[in-house]
Amino acid sequence: MNNDREARRPSATELDRRAFRRRQNTRSVIISLVSTIIFAVVIWLAVVNSPGWQQVQNSFFNWDTIVQAFPRVGEGLWLNIRVLFYATIGVAVLAFIIAIMRTLRGPVFFPLRALAAGYTDLFRGMPLIIVLYLVGFGIPGLNLFGRMPLEFWGTIALVTTYSAYVAEVFRAGIESVHPSQRLAARSLGLSYAKTLRLVVMPQAIRKVTPALMNDFIAMQKDVGLISVLGAVDAVRAAQIETAAAFNFSPYVLAGLLFVLLSLPMIRISDWYTGRLRRREQMGALV
Amino acid sequence: MTPQANTSRRGSEPAVVRVENVYKSFGDTDVLRGITLAIDHHEVVALIGKSGSGKSTLLRCINLLEQVDDGQIFLDDKELTDPLVKQDDVRSHIGIVFQQYNLFPHMTVVDNVALANRHVFKKGKHEARDEARALLERIGLGDKANEYPDRLSGGQQQRAAIVRAIATNPRVLLLDEVTSALDPELVGEVLDLIRELKQTGVTIVMATHEMNFARDVADRVAFLDDGVILEQGPAKQVLTTPREARTREYLKRFNAAH
Repeated sequence: MNNDREARRPSATELDRRAFRRRQNTRSVIISLVSTIIFAVVIWLAVVNSPGWQQVQNSFFNWDTIVQAFPRVGEGLWLNIRVLFYATIGVAVLAFIIAIMRTLRGPVFFPLRALAAGYTDLFRGMPLIIVLYLVGFGIPGLNLFGRMPLEFWGTIALVTTYSAYVAEVFRAGIESVHPSQRLAARSLGLSYAKTLRLVVMPQAIRKVTPALMNDFIAMQKDVGLISVLGAVDAVRAAQIETAAAFNFSPYVLAGLLFVLLSLPMIRISDWYTGRLRRREQMGALV
Repeated sequence: MTPQANTSRRGSEPAVVRVENVYKSFGDTDVLRGITLAIDHHEVVALIGKSGSGKSTLLRCINLLEQVDDGQIFLDDKELTDPLVKQDDVRSHIGIVFQQYNLFPHMTVVDNVALANRHVFKKGKHEARDEARALLERIGLGDKANEYPDRLSGGQQQRAAIVRAIATNPRVLLLDEVTSALDPELVGEVLDLIRELKQTGVTIVMATHEMNFARDVADRVAFLDDGVILEQGPAKQVLTTPREARTREYLKRFNAAH
């Protein structure tokens, strides 16, 4: 069969078609490229020629200040990364538990369901910064625990708030798996827990991966808010440097570092969801 | 173009669908290897052949759901495989029904049927709904019009899917093994509907494993083997006295299994 294929030359019509599609393709690439460049140049010229550009450039994009601030802001960012690491684990565990609690069926579980529902209602509504104050300054005030570092309480506050969001995402995923999947799993003799673990959750997580990644990236930025407790993270370090140099450039540096931090995750999530789509959905042109 | 390809055509009026020397492969698998076929107005053509012989791919190519690797397809002498052609426009004049019904689960049956008329052919909501309801009424699904597809049996869903495909009066109706996912006792109602459609003059190309039905209803049967049409002709002739050894073999094995 394959020999035939090597031997067969595409017809003139097909060659024409391919050439046409190639031309069409090249044309759209050129158009989009040119329009992007024109757009960028127009914006650039507008900014650079604005009356206040000199001052803004000086106080926000001062290279010397950036270089000077880099070590301390970088050190602060390392704290952000550590907090992010523990917060992610905490959110995954707590959100999963809450989501399961909310999806339990039967009147016996009413208190658990109500508790989970109340939790998500409360912490999705409450601004993160207020949770940070309550947890960061309130709980230590109870004098129940020994002195813990500020970033510890910051992490707890992040976990508290983000678990509420992520639990709802998990729940949406669990409920989006068609009931027939549960039936099929239970019919094989799998327990409720095993059905959840082996059949429902894998499908649920796949469906909500983009939403989860979105929440993760949002949290990546909000890690910077632990600075309000006084922990010296990238934002706090930038604040200190800004005060010292009387120049806003360290903030710009911190902002760029946060963007760089989120880039790998954004790309990984794009790649991962693309792979899932290719694997599980039959491809078609439309 | 092979000269034998069009010998079974009846009239001299232009074919509704003309497939010329179409090739299609997926990766290393050559699925279609030079298919030439013409379908006349009001004609019912059955494509038979074992799984993987290319029946479904051919139907999907005609509806532009797959891009052909070579060759041309015409609908009423307009080339569909021309890259300049408006694909949505073409598809709106060709109906296709899938093995798995593919009704939209979030709409009632009547809204499924009315969808294309409302949003592609820009008919008013009430007009499209009334037409859809009348069609469903005619095939005995009037009482299910306001139900959601999940509440219907497989046979009812497939009938609704067929009605959805013909609601816009397409030039040709493509049926891709529409009874293969059904319980045997539900197959009959779907085949009856197709038989009725033939009587009203709908042009049909169907990939099927229902040999008896093909013999009864199809004007012409084409046997696909390994990506080519090995043999075609009047339904009775191909199915009872096939010329080719491989057709005979396929039919023998098929009859033994059923």
